[in-house]
Amino acid sequence: MRTKSTLENYVFVLPAVLIFSIFYIVPFIWVCRYSLHDWDGIMPIMTYIGLANFKEIIQDKIWWGSMLNAGYITLIALTFQNALAFLLAWACDREIRLKNFYRVIFFIPPVLSEVVVGLVWQWILDGNYGLLNHWLSHLGFPNLVRNWLSDPQTALTTVAIVHSWKGFGWGFLIFLAGLQTIPRELYEAARVDGANAWYCFRKVTIPLMIPVAVLVAILTVLGTMQAFVLIIAMTGGGPAYHTQVPVLRILASMRGSSRFGYACAQGLSFGLILIAISFIQYRFSKRARQV
Amino acid sequence: MLIHLFLITIAATCLFPLVWMISSSLKTQGEIFRDTSLVPKVFHFENYYLAWQEGGFGRFFLNSIFYTASVVIGIVIVASLAAYAFSRLRFPGKNILFFMFMAAMMIPIPGSFVPLYILLNKLHLRNTALGYILAMINVGLSTSIFLLKTFFDKMPTELEDAARIDGCSKLGIWWNVALPLAKPVLAVVVVFNALTVWNEYVLALIIFDSRALMPLQVALMTFQGEFITRYPLLMAGLTITALPIIIIYLLMQKYIVKGVTAGAIVG
Repeated sequence: MRTKSTLENYVFVLPAVLIFSIFYIVPFIWVCRYSLHDWDGIMPIMTYIGLANFKEIIQDKIWWGSMLNAGYITLIALTFQNALAFLLAWACDREIRLKNFYRVIFFIPPVLSEVVVGLVWQWILDGNYGLLNHWLSHLGFPNLVRNWLSDPQTALTTVAIVHSWKGFGWGFLIFLAGLQTIPRELYEAARVDGANAWYCFRKVTIPLMIPVAVLVAILTVLGTMQAFVLIIAMTGGGPAYHTQVPVLRILASMRGSSRFGYACAQGLSFGLILIAISFIQYRFSKRARQV
Repeated sequence: MLIHLFLITIAATCLFPLVWMISSSLKTQGEIFRDTSLVPKVFHFENYYLAWQEGGFGRFFLNSIFYTASVVIGIVIVASLAAYAFSRLRFPGKNILFFMFMAAMMIPIPGSFVPLYILLNKLHLRNTALGYILAMINVGLSTSIFLLKTFFDKMPTELEDAARIDGCSKLGIWWNVALPLAKPVLAVVVVFNALTVWNEYVLALIIFDSRALMPLQVALMTFQGEFITRYPLLMAGLTITALPIIIIYLLMQKYIVKGVTAGAIVG
């Protein structure tokens, strides 16, 4: 009777465990295994080459260049995008008219797909027929007109700003939820004690928001470092590797040069780097909270 | 006042690209490169007809609907079964299994599409709808199980106890008692996974070779690659892709806000 009941209970988790094992655990193991092999993905034979893929990654200039590009986009997301998100959340946290309207609008870019956002912005930023250049030349700034996405000087920053446009709504919602957990009495008590708005902001809001800010920072880093579909839609990684990012390189290793082993090694080392970064951020935040 | 100006400016920046997209989708091929007015003189709705018919977006739209519906139904069933067991039932290895799903949420595997491609090839599921649907069910599984289990944990057990005394089977209790009570959290699960599947690009890109199976996101990129200058049709296709998601978002936005805040607590 008992064993029958236990077996019955397993039926509940069986579909989930099956799908998870086939589509998560097996690929996870395979990434580790293929990263030690040279394989084109088609031939039945693959050659064991030890750590040769990883040695090649260390010397792969395009790979590290793409890592720097992703780092640059992440830096802009961490500063510009998150500062914007926080300011908007802070503005909306007050008793303000149309608060809900803003909350709905700011989350529209995040619900759109990266393909839609990328292609619409590409049209707006088009060098010859784009609306931005049209406005610039008609509003008296013709010297600012350029091929935003195919000029090596502007391509990466332009992509980073569109990425921030698409992403700030996430940070906004999380910051707003965080701000709303701060008890109003704290502000009132500070005001009774004669503190001005700026003092309240520094001594009440900021310290209480540090854990939320760390969370947003970790999510931003993980999300932005791995972003690539928006870039496919806007520049395809060009001009000449100027907007390449790591996941785009992995896709290129797999589809472009049919080097599945190398693609897996790239994925594995990139995953380890991401885990290390979020771990460091987490430790850093713990220390910041103790101070 | 300054705060209002700031908020309105950002809100306008959020909306403007969409307005421009719709405006461009209503101009002719000749107008689109010259006419920069926000409201076209004549609304050329025939672009939508052309995109739907000639551009094939009608087909791609139905594909996207089919994949989204199948994956969401699959996740609701599979995840709620598992979450119910993790919350209510007893069996050896329960904690390890649950931990495994949670760990998967935390560990990023960038480029997991590489082994998935190989796997689906070996299973002869590449370039099939089933392969894509199963892979996408897995994508949403961990988070959905987490959301549902958290909900079940807080849910009082009286109704389930009463059903058990009435002789209802475990599966019967899950379906007739637990699922109806979990409606609020199921709405979050449905909306979030629907957004994810509708907007997904890279797995669909590597899994589907045949045009007939492509969902909208892949079709848009293909269309853009083939007809680089047919902007009115491309913009019509983009509108066809974006509009359903915006409507669903506006209708269900309170569930999305809940999901984001709940998801944030996970991290």
